[in-house]
Amino acid sequence: MGEGAVAGKMRIFSTDHKTIAKQYLSLALFWAVMGGFTAYLMRWQLAYPESEVPGWGFIAPDFYNMLVTMHGTIMVFFVAMPILLGAFGNFLIPLMIGARDMAFPRLNMLSVWVFTLASAVLLVSFFVPGGAASAGWTGYPPLSARPAYTGVDWGLNLWLVALALEFVSFLMGGVNFLTTAINLRTRGMTFFRLPLMVWMQITAAVIFMLSVGPLIAAAVMLLMDRILGTSFYLPEGGGQPLLWQHLFWFFGHPEVYVLLLPALGILMEILPVFSRKPIFGYRAIVYSTITAGILSFIVWAHHLFLSGMNPRLAMPFSITTIIISVPFALIVFAMIATLWRGSISFPTPMLFAAGALATFLIGGLTGIFTGSAPVDIYIHDTHFVVAHFHYTLVPVTFFAGFAGLYFWFPKMFGRMTNEALGKIHFWLTFLLFNIAFMPMFVLGTRGMMRRIANPMQYEFLQPLQPVNVFISIAAVLLLLAQLSFVVNFFWSLVRGKAAERNPWRANTLEWTTPSPPLHHNFETAPVVCRGPYEYSSPETDEDWLPQDRPLAAQATARQ
Amino acid sequence: MSNWFPENVSTFGGEIDSLFYLIFYITGVWFVLTEGLILFFLVRYRKRPGQKARYVPGNTLQQSLWILIPGLIVLLLDLWIDFRGAEVWAKIKGHMPVGDLRIQITAKQFNWEILYSGPDGKLGTADDLQMENELHVPVGKVVRVVLKSRDVIHSFFLPHLRLKQDALPGREIEAWFEATKPGKYEMPCAELCGFGHSGMNGWLFVHAPEDYEKWVKEQWPEK
Repeated sequence: MGEGAVAGKMRIFSTDHKTIAKQYLSLALFWAVMGGFTAYLMRWQLAYPESEVPGWGFIAPDFYNMLVTMHGTIMVFFVAMPILLGAFGNFLIPLMIGARDMAFPRLNMLSVWVFTLASAVLLVSFFVPGGAASAGWTGYPPLSARPAYTGVDWGLNLWLVALALEFVSFLMGGVNFLTTAINLRTRGMTFFRLPLMVWMQITAAVIFMLSVGPLIAAAVMLLMDRILGTSFYLPEGGGQPLLWQHLFWFFGHPEVYVLLLPALGILMEILPVFSRKPIFGYRAIVYSTITAGILSFIVWAHHLFLSGMNPRLAMPFSITTIIISVPFALIVFAMIATLWRGSISFPTPMLFAAGALATFLIGGLTGIFTGSAPVDIYIHDTHFVVAHFHYTLVPVTFFAGFAGLYFWFPKMFGRMTNEALGKIHFWLTFLLFNIAFMPMFVLGTRGMMRRIANPMQYEFLQPLQPVNVFISIAAVLLLLAQLSFVVNFFWSLVRGKAAERNPWRANTLEWTTPSPPLHHNFETAPVVCRGPYEYSSPETDEDWLPQDRPLAAQATARQ
Repeated sequence: MSNWFPENVSTFGGEIDSLFYLIFYITGVWFVLTEGLILFFLVRYRKRPGQKARYVPGNTLQQSLWILIPGLIVLLLDLWIDFRGAEVWAKIKGHMPVGDLRIQITAKQFNWEILYSGPDGKLGTADDLQMENELHVPVGKVVRVVLKSRDVIHSFFLPHLRLKQDALPGREIEAWFEATKPGKYEMPCAELCGFGHSGMNGWLFVHAPEDYEKWVKEQWPEK
């Protein structure tokens, strides 16, 4: 071990993309605990609204609104984004394309520190007088535009500042991802030899860059309404509340795909490795992804069917929304076809990947209900929607996120995780997640609204209370089951078996480096000879063929 | 199946429910097929000694038909759902029926203010009558509702009538319904509107014709 190992050591102010990835990961895991705790408080409140929450106390209605708001904000912006883009994007893009680091290492460091600042601001917002934001994670004005409406003053201002900082951070990150993936590809790494994870990350970066501008403008206007007394959104001053909803969802819906694509990327790296087969239809997947990315810009108003916008606008948006299922259906079929005639083994990453595929399918299919404008009249703002988006975002963030963590943990930290604990973690998570969230569809079809603190205040919801209790028990168990991951993570970090370079016998370039990789990743710049998924290729007797290994025939042909 | 929803008591509610069931059956079949296929492949093609995976990159057109044809079927089913949806949407939102009576509902933190036009049938006249959280209507008549809000966004929700419509401050939004069965139905707010959102609730009273006459006489006795 020479100076490379020393330079590669974890430093707080580091420009090394691998260290930065771990910093994003640490912050995300911290916020995941906070997000989980808010879920615990909400679920207890819904099951036993008249009682004190153990370990906390009585939950007042405005405090409940704060929980609803902060749970969504934390999970989407401070858990999903930093895990899927911050951690995996940063760690994998340079390694997968054979680069020494990101194109702009200092900008990369700035991104993670701006994100840290955003985290600090969000954390502070819990402790200012009036408490944290409570106008929903979507922050619809006028509720969010005047402190008098919620009783929250600086909490909501800081919430907006934290979000703006977060967007700045990921905007810089996206620029870096894109520049790196386009310019720093090693010799032989053509665009169509890129691992699909890189395609997904750069498509996500483009979608994010094109959609986030309007939201930052919207956030600044909302902040001005609150602090300077302007009235962009206040009708009494000539403003228009709907403006916010359009700008928010113009970003907000593409944002769903910004999260989804990297998660699909994780699955597309893992499924071929453990099926020992090439991904089915590489190019079809790339074209579907780009199509979905473009379509994602013209679906936003499906969040506004009942908002008071012109009803004639509903059908065009309903049609684009339902049509966007086609490219994603192709991608899902391609993943299923990848399993066909494979030789499938089931270590923890594969279990989580298969679990993500199986549960995400439910999220996708239930989106057809919410995307249909007439059906939405009834199920909008009910628990059907809550169930639907948890069935999309939990597979994406947690199932795919865990799959990726178990898969790349050896590369990130140089040690293997514990398989037995990993399998326990998967089965508990998979079963309890479905047990907790499936009944929410039933609550939704019975009409139970979102964001109500006490369902017992409504006669038509009282018979449903046993379902609420059932869900809450399952949800608390689901949260407790995550302890198996926490134990595994920290135990493996210290005591796990030392990892070899390529424990999964995978083809992509990151596995040719030591575990963990040196400061500048590669001893010598790799030269790529083929695509990333040549498993069980007829060209070799082995069932894998790394991207940079020249075959004898090719080697002689070159001479 | 049919007890998934609360009992439907509006003229258009059945259309929404049947569209829901149409989507349910279509997606249900896909759910069973795809999940079944995933499970089958995982079990059938699990790793066995001496068996190698087959090299199928799916790059030729012939191979990609395996995903393109199901994709095409998805597209066709999507269009079916879209066209059915467009019909139902047009029926409910496309044109507003004239309406037998007109009621103004103003949402505020955290009540519904219901304004009845009185015997002259006109809002904004001296015989208007305002009630809190009580909406009285006759059965079998088209009721036009004018939704307003004094402060933030609320959402007017009649679960039993499958009606939901946001009330926006600064705007007057029209909605309509025709109840098919007398009774007392809840009328909650469905959009987060502040600390009193949970519990913001009212009642819709659907009266049989003679009961409605009686109720009108009680409210406007001088007539």
